[in-house]
Amino acid sequence: MTTAVSILPPQQLAELNRAYRREVARKRLRTALAAALFLAALVVAAFGAEVNLKTFFTYIGNFASYFDRILTLDSGARVWTDFGEWFWGWRKWLHLLGETILISYVGTLIGAVLAFGLNFLAAENTSPGPVLRFVVRRLLEFARTVPSIVFALIFVIAFGLGPMAGVLAIAIHCVGALGKQYSEMVENADMKPVEGIRSTGASWISCMRFAVLPQVIAGYASYTLLRLEINVREASVMGFVGAGGIGQELVVAIRKFYYSDVSAILLTIILTVFVIDIATGWLRSRLFGREART
Amino acid sequence: MSQMPAADRNALQARYPEIFKRPASARLAMPAMLLAALAIFGFGLVDLDFSPTRLIAGLHQLGWITMMMLPPDPGSSLPLYLKALGETLSIALLGTTLAAIMALPVSLIAARNIVPDVVRFPVRRFLDSVRGIDTLIWALVWINVVGLGPFAGVLAIAVSDFGAFGKLFSEAVEGADRKQVEGIRASGGTTLHEIRFGLMPQVLPVIAGQVLYFIESNTRSATIIGIVGAGGIGLQLAEQIRVLEWQKVSFLILMILVAVAAIDWISGKLRFAIIGRRAVA
Repeated sequence: MTTAVSILPPQQLAELNRAYRREVARKRLRTALAAALFLAALVVAAFGAEVNLKTFFTYIGNFASYFDRILTLDSGARVWTDFGEWFWGWRKWLHLLGETILISYVGTLIGAVLAFGLNFLAAENTSPGPVLRFVVRRLLEFARTVPSIVFALIFVIAFGLGPMAGVLAIAIHCVGALGKQYSEMVENADMKPVEGIRSTGASWISCMRFAVLPQVIAGYASYTLLRLEINVREASVMGFVGAGGIGQELVVAIRKFYYSDVSAILLTIILTVFVIDIATGWLRSRLFGREART
Repeated sequence: MSQMPAADRNALQARYPEIFKRPASARLAMPAMLLAALAIFGFGLVDLDFSPTRLIAGLHQLGWITMMMLPPDPGSSLPLYLKALGETLSIALLGTTLAAIMALPVSLIAARNIVPDVVRFPVRRFLDSVRGIDTLIWALVWINVVGLGPFAGVLAIAVSDFGAFGKLFSEAVEGADRKQVEGIRASGGTTLHEIRFGLMPQVLPVIAGQVLYFIESNTRSATIIGIVGAGGIGLQLAEQIRVLEWQKVSFLILMILVAVAAIDWISGKLRFAIIGRRAVA
């Protein structure tokens, strides 16, 4: 079977070609302009951040040799030739790691409970009043935007040095982050069950409990587990400001150039994060099937 | 339902015993998990030195600190703080760009549809390890290499985002449609042509969206790396907290909030312009 390809008359074709080229040229111009603007912003930023390529290229060798040094024992041998010497402080580190995980667990749980209490007030479709919603939303935003380590710095002064400050800092940040995610889930929930429950004369609390909660509870658990994993990472640096966990030990090792200790502690942190990552992933897939994992 | 005749109910129960009698393990699983979660929580509270007296004393102190913070006041150091804020934004922008440039080629060799599993697996694990280390730790490492200052912050953000971008980009590449690539191959293109003309046009908008999102979240990270001495507004913040100048502290926190909100707004607009409304949500 053959079909004739219709060829337009030349003047019409030329017209269309011109229009096409003009469109392409306009698009290219716009891309070029955006690229130029971006480059200009980068140059300004480079001055702002005191980028010094000379320093960088002089010392970039140090970066490679730093990893060489942290993988070398005091005796000059490679770290993996003598595990006993490399992980000489494993008892102490394991204890601190346990503390780190506990900090993130307790912080996440406190944060999740508070976020759970607040999120129905912040969601557009379930909030009892616009003023309350506005206040709760701003509070959550504040808790989310101020980095947890800044809270930790302040809490260390208020509550004293130690893991308690770290737990509260993580909890506050967690309220902000989870509160937002939770309330977004509530906003996506189907409102028909709420109408059904309300038509029986139920109170606001009953509406939330029997109409909204069953729709969103699985998603809540999934987000909370993800947050736990993020918080383990955050808790590993809480010690930098004296708020407990393995960070204290790490910052001392880095600052005092205890090279092999640095690699040992980093390795334990990475392994812990891996384990928590895999464990929460497994738990989520067990609880909600595979599709909830993404 | 509850008015169902008893005989009927018994008959049903006799016919479908497994519906009426869930095994004890299924009924006990949820309470047992809750109990375990609570037990660990209680143990954590004890182990981490939580006590009501400490909590109350701390809250009291915190209330006092909050009172001292009002009203926010920069004193005479406003120009210094504005410069520090500029430094922070610069760190975020440069760090993110550098990370994206480094991560793009690496993400290709971490994508399932481009390289075999033998190559992909170690690259993925490497990226995971880089990501497992917090930005603050990278900042400390870079300070050892290039000295104190914002440049160390740029490199710290670049390295830690490199891990995140590598993973996200390679997922974008894996999600790309095969058909364009096959079309390029059918017309005689090389592997590089396939990547340039088949994959990149699909992947670039997704990547641009992610980079913009990260510039925003890195503004947040860049505010804190100053705490360990890697430049930016965090340095000022940590210093003012240490000397208990609470009015300045609250002013700095406000500045951070405003800056993050502004970047959030701008990057939202840009993302909207690049990839359309659907992907912004």
